Amino acid sequence: MSGIPHDHYEPKSGFERWLHSRLPIVGLAYDTLMIPTPKNLNWMWIWGIVLAFCLGLQIVTGIVLVMHYTPHVDLAFASVEHIMRDVNGGHMLRYLHANGASLFFFAVYLHIFRGLYYGSYKAPREVTWVVGMVIYLLMMGTAFMGYVLPWGQMSFWGATVITGLFGAIPFIGESIQTWLLGGPAVDNATLNRFFSLHYLLPFVIAALVAVHIWAFHTTGNNNPTGVEVRRTSKADAEKDTLPFWPYFVIKDLFALALVLLVFFAIVGFMPNYLGHPDNYIEANPLATPAHIVPEWYFLPFYAILRAFTGDVWVVMFAGWISGGIIDAKFFGVIAMFGAIVAMALAPWLDTSSVRSGRFRPMFKWWFALLCVDFVVLMWAGAMPAEPPYSTISLIGATYWFAYFFVILPVLGVIEKPLPAPATIEEDFNNHYGSKAHPAE
Amino acid sequence: MLKRFAITAAAALSLSGAALASGGESAVHDVAFSFEGPFGAYDQFQLQRGLQVYTEVCSACHGLRYVPIRTLSDEGGPGLPEDQVRAYAANFDIFDSELDDTRPRTPADHFPGSSLSNAPDLSMMAKARAGFHGPYGLGINQFFQGIGGPEYIVSLLTGYTGEEVEMAGSTFYENKAFPGGLIAMAPPLSDGQVEFADGHDNSVHHMAEDVAAFLMWAAEPKMMARKQAGFIAVLFLSVLTVLLYLTNKKLWAPHKGKKTA
Repeated sequence: MSGIPHDHYEPKSGFERWLHSRLPIVGLAYDTLMIPTPKNLNWMWIWGIVLAFCLGLQIVTGIVLVMHYTPHVDLAFASVEHIMRDVNGGHMLRYLHANGASLFFFAVYLHIFRGLYYGSYKAPREVTWVVGMVIYLLMMGTAFMGYVLPWGQMSFWGATVITGLFGAIPFIGESIQTWLLGGPAVDNATLNRFFSLHYLLPFVIAALVAVHIWAFHTTGNNNPTGVEVRRTSKADAEKDTLPFWPYFVIKDLFALALVLLVFFAIVGFMPNYLGHPDNYIEANPLATPAHIVPEWYFLPFYAILRAFTGDVWVVMFAGWISGGIIDAKFFGVIAMFGAIVAMALAPWLDTSSVRSGRFRPMFKWWFALLCVDFVVLMWAGAMPAEPPYSTISLIGATYWFAYFFVILPVLGVIEKPLPAPATIEEDFNNHYGSKAHPAE
Repeated sequence: MLKRFAITAAAALSLSGAALASGGESAVHDVAFSFEGPFGAYDQFQLQRGLQVYTEVCSACHGLRYVPIRTLSDEGGPGLPEDQVRAYAANFDIFDSELDDTRPRTPADHFPGSSLSNAPDLSMMAKARAGFHGPYGLGINQFFQGIGGPEYIVSLLTGYTGEEVEMAGSTFYENKAFPGGLIAMAPPLSDGQVEFADGHDNSVHHMAEDVAAFLMWAAEPKMMARKQAGFIAVLFLSVLTVLLYLTNKKLWAPHKGKKTA
């Protein structure tokens, strides 16, 4: 796949030529910023910038928080209160960091579902997609370990429950769990290694973000029609695209400002809305909270984890066929990670020849149902694990897997797609032509 | 298009409240505190009355070990004069390892911790309890009424039915707001128990509201600064959003057909 033809950086002055022949860094920045971008990108293409901002925000606020935080079971909780009360602006830093995690996941879910609808995962963008899924997994790990650091009740018991999942792995699970915790139970060793990894992983994410961007700068952006940019000549490509700077930078900054408006309203006026009151109680290994609930962004997968109880026939079947090695708990763990792996496999499960959901009349409805399913699972994950919620979770989890492993492969065969426009230019002119109304 | 984006964002945002599900419904009633809402502020005199209730009643068993005494004179809090804060601090002794002896506290020290082992510390109590839930785990009530920590405290202090139950040698008191209905704490407040210097109403309900407001301040002393920062950020971002919207519109205009003419 050759890149989209466009102008490249030409060093002009003597110094520019001198530097360019030694380190073509200005050229790299120029080509990255001036990448030809499909001009018909809609507002769902802004979440990448929001995500980049979130990563920066979390790293910057996090580094300052670390200057005042003490990773020790006897001191961690008090040091967070020290940040809230004594450190200049500390309360804002902490609330920005805690709510920043929520914005991060809010944006990543919209980013992922945009990719699922417009077929951004399809060839030739599979690597971008899989790298994105790895970033998402690392985000979950980072957020989970970060939530343990304040050493509140939910921190402690969340850590106990989630690391307990690894204990469900047959034969080696207990050793893995002990290795993760640094001992037989969640304690100071756990807090210290989580602190260390919580500091490390964002930089791994940052590196993978660079790879993610590199990958889609190689293939070019997808767009709402799923039609590729014409690469036959520079003149053709310029009919379909506009350079990223300034057109998409300004557009994305506008969207980012609007998102941040809502974000700062939440941080300023209701910073604890998305948190859990129990985490303002210091961790107590002797008192289990009535309901152990993860943060909202984990709930859909938490619901899938809990959906497969011992009385579900697939679980019983798996137990029988594996000779009892796979019990309900282990099955739940497989299902939870499987639900994410299913997303990562989407490029190879989707058999449709058409990329964008816009031209797939049947797919549209199944996709809408997947969105509803995600929301229902999120809700069910917060409810107690008892009927009717357990049944709802099971139905939701079943649909999640059915969508990826049955519906996506079958739809590509039986669905008759609608005609897509021949070029991006045609789509853009249809939308913004002389008859268009100034509705934007 | 922009409208669709806004609807999507609003819908997803309201769903995220689902995290705050769970918990049984209890008899917690909404109280119109002065510090609620984006522009709500602590009532300095209510905080001072609440401090008095805390000192004369609650502190017999409970503590505020995360709260530095000096913050009593902070702006946006009870706002006591510094000499009063020094005098107040000196009422409580602390063991000083450098002196190897006890000495009176100074404003730089924290409030004492709980003196009764099973009495929880109250520093973050107003944030560590949720008074409002649901409906159906959707987080809508919390969105409009707040999480309800101070309301829970008021309802607890006024929720005693007068019934007592003897269990395993201990007395428990029936309370409508306490999860499970039986609490080990005897009814702490009675009408007229605390005499306010300003002659303010000292019925149980008023004292409960005052001390709940004080505990909210103890849990969130920087609330005023936070709301102010939030307000400035929202104001600044509103202007920035409008400017970027206009910039974007002008930038794209030559590429978008006739509608820009």
